[in-house]
Amino acid sequence: MTLGVGPATFQARRRILTGCFMAKINIDGKELEVPPEYTLLQACEVAGSEVPRFCFHERLSIAGNCRMCLVEVKGGPPKPTASCAMAVRDLRPGPNGEAPVVLTNSPMVKKAREGVMEFLLINHPLDCPICDQGGECDLQDQAMAFGVDSSRFHENKRAVEDKYIGPLVKTSMNRCIQCTRCVRFTAEVAGTGDMGAIGRGEDMEITTYLEAAMASELSANVADLCPVGALLQKPQSFQARAWEYVKTPSVDVMDALGSSIRIDTRGREVMRILPLVNDAINEEWISDKTRHVVDGLKKQRLDRPYIRENGRLRPASWQEAFGQIADRVKASKPERIGALAGDLATVEEMFALQALMGKLGSPHLDCRQDGSKLHPKFGRASYLFNSTLAGVDQAGAIMLVGCNPRREAAVLNARFRRAWAKAGTKFHVIGERADLTYHYNYLGAGPAALQGLEGHAPAAEAHPMFVIGSGAFNRPDGEAVLASALKSARAMGVIAEGWNGFNVLHHAASRVGGLDIGFVPGAGGLDAAAMAKAGGLDVIFLLGADEIDIAPGAFVVYIGTHGDRGAHRADVILPGAAYTEKSGTYVNTEGRVQMADRASFPPGDAREDWAVLRALSEVLGQRLPFDTLAALRAALYAAHPHMAAVDTIVTADFGEAPQAGACDQADFASAVLDFYLTNPIARASGVMAECSALAQARAGQMHLKAAE
Amino acid sequence: MAVRRLAEIQPESFAFTPENLKWCEAQIAKYPAGRQASAVLSLLWRAQAQNDYWLCKPAIETVATMLDMAPIRVLEIATFYSMFNLEPVGKYYVQLCGTTPCALRGAGAIRKVCESKIGPERKVSADGLFAWAEVECLGACCNAPMVQINDDYYEDLTPESFTQLLDDLAAGRPVRKGSQTGRISSEPSGGDTTLSDPSLHDGSALGVWKQRFETVTPDQQPG
Repeated sequence: MTLGVGPATFQARRRILTGCFMAKINIDGKELEVPPEYTLLQACEVAGSEVPRFCFHERLSIAGNCRMCLVEVKGGPPKPTASCAMAVRDLRPGPNGEAPVVLTNSPMVKKAREGVMEFLLINHPLDCPICDQGGECDLQDQAMAFGVDSSRFHENKRAVEDKYIGPLVKTSMNRCIQCTRCVRFTAEVAGTGDMGAIGRGEDMEITTYLEAAMASELSANVADLCPVGALLQKPQSFQARAWEYVKTPSVDVMDALGSSIRIDTRGREVMRILPLVNDAINEEWISDKTRHVVDGLKKQRLDRPYIRENGRLRPASWQEAFGQIADRVKASKPERIGALAGDLATVEEMFALQALMGKLGSPHLDCRQDGSKLHPKFGRASYLFNSTLAGVDQAGAIMLVGCNPRREAAVLNARFRRAWAKAGTKFHVIGERADLTYHYNYLGAGPAALQGLEGHAPAAEAHPMFVIGSGAFNRPDGEAVLASALKSARAMGVIAEGWNGFNVLHHAASRVGGLDIGFVPGAGGLDAAAMAKAGGLDVIFLLGADEIDIAPGAFVVYIGTHGDRGAHRADVILPGAAYTEKSGTYVNTEGRVQMADRASFPPGDAREDWAVLRALSEVLGQRLPFDTLAALRAALYAAHPHMAAVDTIVTADFGEAPQAGACDQADFASAVLDFYLTNPIARASGVMAECSALAQARAGQMHLKAAE
Repeated sequence: MAVRRLAEIQPESFAFTPENLKWCEAQIAKYPAGRQASAVLSLLWRAQAQNDYWLCKPAIETVATMLDMAPIRVLEIATFYSMFNLEPVGKYYVQLCGTTPCALRGAGAIRKVCESKIGPERKVSADGLFAWAEVECLGACCNAPMVQINDDYYEDLTPESFTQLLDDLAAGRPVRKGSQTGRISSEPSGGDTTLSDPSLHDGSALGVWKQRFETVTPDQQPG
């Protein structure tokens, strides 16, 4: 039955949605009230009765094809019922108005579960000892809990060819129980529709179209969803067992979302990265880069200090390296020294570097390697994702300006897609015309389209939203673009009483933290581009800054983790710790302060970056006033109190108005050109390189097709 | 039915003929905007008909593009339904009914003819004209045994008549569709067993029933 839109049905629907109208149900002798749209499975969960399931997943559509969640109902059909696919409102009350009864532990249910499990195991190989899923396998667990000890099946098991579905997911299709979670994920969440089930009956096989690699940036999530060992993380095959890992909850730094992750280590080695459920940010997904950047943590690492001698880098001791830096710093005037912070830096180390530069007397600081014109003086609201990521679910219309969320924040793009598909949110794009996995209305490529909206009437939809990528601000006219965007946002009701839909989508994990602590040029200070150009400065400290080319001439001190662009240019390299190897604070694009935890230790002589800066300050004769991370944090919290409010969102305000001016008419371009290779860790990863090559080949093919 | 895969040798491209394209557009127009994927079966069927009764990879991709579907969605459908042939089936595709009524009436002998005259099942014959496959009931049990060749049924087969039929098709001679023994539709095979009085058919029985009332005697008339 489809609900009409008359006032009566609207009322009914509102009652249902607000939960004022509850249905009574009796589950295993416990009577409770639940919203009538709940499935029996959800109701059973509320009642505390465990129901096994394979195909059902909270964030995917209901398939009802594994039959593992069978329960007995009174007030419904007189047979075992798939609880995931029947709603509480579909059950009849008893003859005297008693609540419908659901039994999850009756003899009928026990027999039904044993039967389903026996059928599932008919074609499932008994290779748990060599299966990577062993120990964290739903089928294993549920066979132990709900199955019987032996099978009555004496025929041969079916054999299925393994499929190639990309460099990240290994298949072992004999193990597949055809729950179709992976198919539903790629169709609904990722939106690329990569996977499907071909054939039918016993010959049904899960595959991609002619075994092409999956095109989604979220593709590796299908291996998490797989309840058996049919889809596994390919780079981590045959490496470790589930019970060998030490699990550390932490924060992702591959994009500016700050997704919640779990870092699994064995000994000192990071083995894998998994998503943690965080409904405010990443829900249950992480991008392929977040997950499979792991091998990049072990390659190209800087594990000892280096000094450039006669044009070549040679290993050196800390004292030697510090000594050389001290000589150069002492020989330079303070106004010829500068510092740049990279995209993966924590707030603590930026704060320490800022303090050191302050003591040296240099105003030349910048955390915006890409030349972004965002600045703390315009107010915190001018550079945050003010509505919060969860606010996307309320938005009636979203304008994407100068960003490609699929590349800049793949997990957020899945949220955009859901808003489009489920809530009917309208999307408009100013910038590059890319395949975002949802339909949008294209308004133009450059600032002219944005300026055209300055006099626009308020948007017709409730809660309109602007999402502006960092690509819109890292151009010479960035400030004018910001002014124009703010003007349009105010005209269209994006910034209104009680709603701030003015959202900046950063792509660098460190950026908001850097802007928050004011890691920007001081009075008379040079910005990143001016520091980098020839003759700009004599000594430049790069805190993991790899996305900028420093012209020859300056003496470059690189504090970082990987032998990447910055290290190649460096005159002295001080080895630091990667994000899995240090405890640090990151502020995500929403302004949410999050604390990452240390999961392993930096390699060799490398040290945590703040400690390197502290030791360097001593040699430079400008001792920083903190000896421990706790003391550093105390100083940080004293200077910037909001950094102490971990995992909270503080409403931000706008500050000084940016200078309006003429924008040049160059098209907006996304700040991220290659999703897989955005930072030094990813560039060191062989897995990411393979993904990048595949993505480029795919783009080339699309280009050819479009040209035809 | 075994695992079904696309043929190894595929044509370079596929395009609907202008008439078929028009027909396809009419099919797509039947469905509301945004629901054009509902036309996928019709389009695949037409593509197969145009392409010698098999679906090639370019045809699947053409249909996917026309309906704005991911190609895997179309492949799922093409591999699900056994009436979509994924490999070439020759000029004449013989579908032999092997279900119980036909089996009882001699489908086994017809199968032997297929094996000897055409070759192994699901392989195109050397001359490229024929391929055959055993299928489930085609619903012509009264006229068993039977085969379907392309769009037509050929019924009441014997090994001899079926051999003749294949020879005639191969030689391009006209063939009789339907029953090969001459009966019409599914009427009894050994001749009629009811309504067999010739007077029923020569017109002499017309009005006989009514005459019985007209020849009643006068004294029986109501008076």
